[in-house]
Amino acid sequence: MIHLLEVHQLKISEASTGKVIVHDGSFQLKQGSCLAIVGESGSGKSVTCRAIMRLNKPWLRQTGRILFKGENINALPEKEMRKRRGKNLCMILQNGMGAFDPSSVIGVHLKETLSEHFGWSNHEIAEKMKKAMESVMLKNPSEVLNKYPHQLSGGMLQRIMIALALVLEPDLIIADEPTTALDTISQYEVLEQLIQLRERLGVAMIFVSHDLGVVKRVADDVLVMKAGKIVERGEMQTIFLAPRHPYTKYLVSTKLALSNHFRRLMEENSVAES
Amino acid sequence: MLKVDCVEKAYKKGGLFSKERQQVLNNVSFTCDYGECLGIIGESGSGKSTLGRLILGMEKADRGTVLFEGGKVTDRRVRSGKLSAVFQDYTSSINPFFTVEKALMEPWNVRGIARREAQEKMDSLLDQVGLTPSYRKKYPHELSGGEIQRVCIARAISTQPKCLLLDEAISSLDVSVQLQVLDLLIKLKKIYGMSYIFITHDIQAAAYICDRVLIFRNGRIEEIIETSRLKDVKSDYAKKLLRMLITF
Amino acid sequence: MRVVKNLWKDKLAAASFLVIMVTITAGIAAPLIAPNDPNEVNMNLRYAASSWEYLLGNDHLGRCILSRLIYGIRPSVLWVLVALFISVFIGAVLGFAAGYFRGKTDALVMRMCDTMLSFPGYVMALAIVGILGVGLENILIAFILIKWAWFARLIRTSVMQYAEQGYVKFAKASGISDFKIIYQHIVPVTLSDIAVLSSSSIGSMVLQISGFSFLGLGIQAPNAEWGMMLNEARETMLTKPELMLAPAFAIIIVVSAFNFLSDALQVALDPKLVTSKKRSFGTNAKNKLQEKEVAS
Repeated sequence: MIHLLEVHQLKISEASTGKVIVHDGSFQLKQGSCLAIVGESGSGKSVTCRAIMRLNKPWLRQTGRILFKGENINALPEKEMRKRRGKNLCMILQNGMGAFDPSSVIGVHLKETLSEHFGWSNHEIAEKMKKAMESVMLKNPSEVLNKYPHQLSGGMLQRIMIALALVLEPDLIIADEPTTALDTISQYEVLEQLIQLRERLGVAMIFVSHDLGVVKRVADDVLVMKAGKIVERGEMQTIFLAPRHPYTKYLVSTKLALSNHFRRLMEENSVAES
Repeated sequence: MLKVDCVEKAYKKGGLFSKERQQVLNNVSFTCDYGECLGIIGESGSGKSTLGRLILGMEKADRGTVLFEGGKVTDRRVRSGKLSAVFQDYTSSINPFFTVEKALMEPWNVRGIARREAQEKMDSLLDQVGLTPSYRKKYPHELSGGEIQRVCIARAISTQPKCLLLDEAISSLDVSVQLQVLDLLIKLKKIYGMSYIFITHDIQAAAYICDRVLIFRNGRIEEIIETSRLKDVKSDYAKKLLRMLITF
Repeated sequence: MRVVKNLWKDKLAAASFLVIMVTITAGIAAPLIAPNDPNEVNMNLRYAASSWEYLLGNDHLGRCILSRLIYGIRPSVLWVLVALFISVFIGAVLGFAAGYFRGKTDALVMRMCDTMLSFPGYVMALAIVGILGVGLENILIAFILIKWAWFARLIRTSVMQYAEQGYVKFAKASGISDFKIIYQHIVPVTLSDIAVLSSSSIGSMVLQISGFSFLGLGIQAPNAEWGMMLNEARETMLTKPELMLAPAFAIIIVVSAFNFLSDALQVALDPKLVTSKKRSFGTNAKNKLQEKEVAS
């Protein structure tokens, strides 16, 4: 099977000091599968994602090969890369408030993106966007499109980003901590939408998170990063059920401690009830 | 110890001459006993942080009262040293110009505790929150999120308060660090016997340390329930909240 | 102490600081340093070239240009500094009150500022000079009256941004008095903003006061002032352009020194920028961005 994305020996370092942020990371992503990158903050998860999009700050130097559909996008000129972003590679960010232009209504921003990639007319864009927004459970899409980012909640903005991804139909979605800043209910809803998005488009996804509970819901494969190094990789089940690396064990055990306590609470009661 | 009675709060919406007001808190009443850990759970925008500010006496309620040990909490003398807080945003919770030492000295300075005495206490305080004395000379930007939150906790408990308010104190930390901080809080509670008011949107974390949780929505209390009986929530909203929780 | 040390590492800042210090001491000690009496007219020496006795030559009335330059520091730099401090002080007090307490205080102070700022600065200054009469002190009063509103407004914005920070919230919650919070938490963080604001506006103030003197509204002849020296040299601009050079260079050097210093001060006052500067030798704006990136 051909891999959709192959990353070979990706090394990211600070240009001025030569401090290495990500050490020779290599991984592959199959068509239609979901790879989760987990790790604590500062482990280089987000930098790796941005390296794939080639959106890192200019003082970070990245070397290595990033093969997207067999083409090394790390060597593409910026202009070509810009065409790929959005259309082929789509990113869903953690902070919806920062992802949209605060000075214009959401619709303007989305229109700009879509007309840049597809050259559709305003009417077409509005129709497609409305359809997509309805499918991610946003009521009154035309009203939402005429609102400013600060008038919407984090969960709504996140779902608008997903709706945009639906319209763009990319080959790869990179979701960088999409649910971290949300509260319980929106977290659940956004995650549901992401899962549905995968089913609907059959798109491959890189899902970055530090919350193993969320990762467990969406991921097929897991990559554990620590201090810029990939310490463990494998299928989700095997990693979470039988972690080998002490760091993975530590991550799993902390999450389990929280969850088990909660589950015990709930179960005890169900026993008491019955 | 802490008694919140029929508190209401509204903010003015729009400009200087606008009459429109947005109700943030609606008839909120609850109490918190000595040594109790009370969780306040709610979505963002539900008014739980406003409630936190009212409890800390940083704002005045439009109606109703917040009493702490019988005194009005808006009076500085009532809360001085007895009521303390840890906030969410660890990037701004310590003055960037202050070293850890100076930040920890602040509450002591107010209470007029001598420098020498404070210096002695500081090492044991840092030790209690799991840091070494070598952190004293560091600036906040040299610390990680978890470390800063530990310093904030140390600063908050330095005056041995009766009550500690944690406003989303662990929400912006990694899950693994969250657990460390929660365990630390449980340990400290055993040492100092203070009560916590734990404001969060994370039910699992609240369930981990709280004795009682208060489920908050749109400025109203939906339900108050013992953590051990969390399963038996009555309101629809609380049920939905529990159902939608993503567990591991 | 740390700030001075950091400033010292930046060579340009150190040089600027030195220039400003030398200028100020020269201005204060003018009678001791100046080689000649600045107002002594000697018609024999009209337009004389530089000599050992008169290092920079003599002007159209045969007065020593160097001595006039040194005495000119007093109105051009020292009195401007005084006016600046007074207006920054007024602006800071009102700005801190407005930004920290918000609400009615804020509304009142800001409407006052709006009123002041709605007049164009030069016109306002001209009006005040028109009422009070020509003279340096009246120009300075006019400056203070115009500038405080501008400072108050900018300082308020800077204060507001810090008044919502976690450490201020904590201090409020732990029962520290408002005055102490402002003094301990808000003044230090806004100080860098204030320092940068005032040091960058000092350049324009020096230029403005020279401008007013150039128009003949400031200090009166025969007293020396850089702007007035330029004005006097203007008559012979085509025949003896070198007479303009001395005051012009003095203005340029002092104004740029203040500007360089204000840039360096911004870096030196912020502990975050200093460490990142040690780490990488990028430009200062870039570092700031980087820090934000790390923080976010």
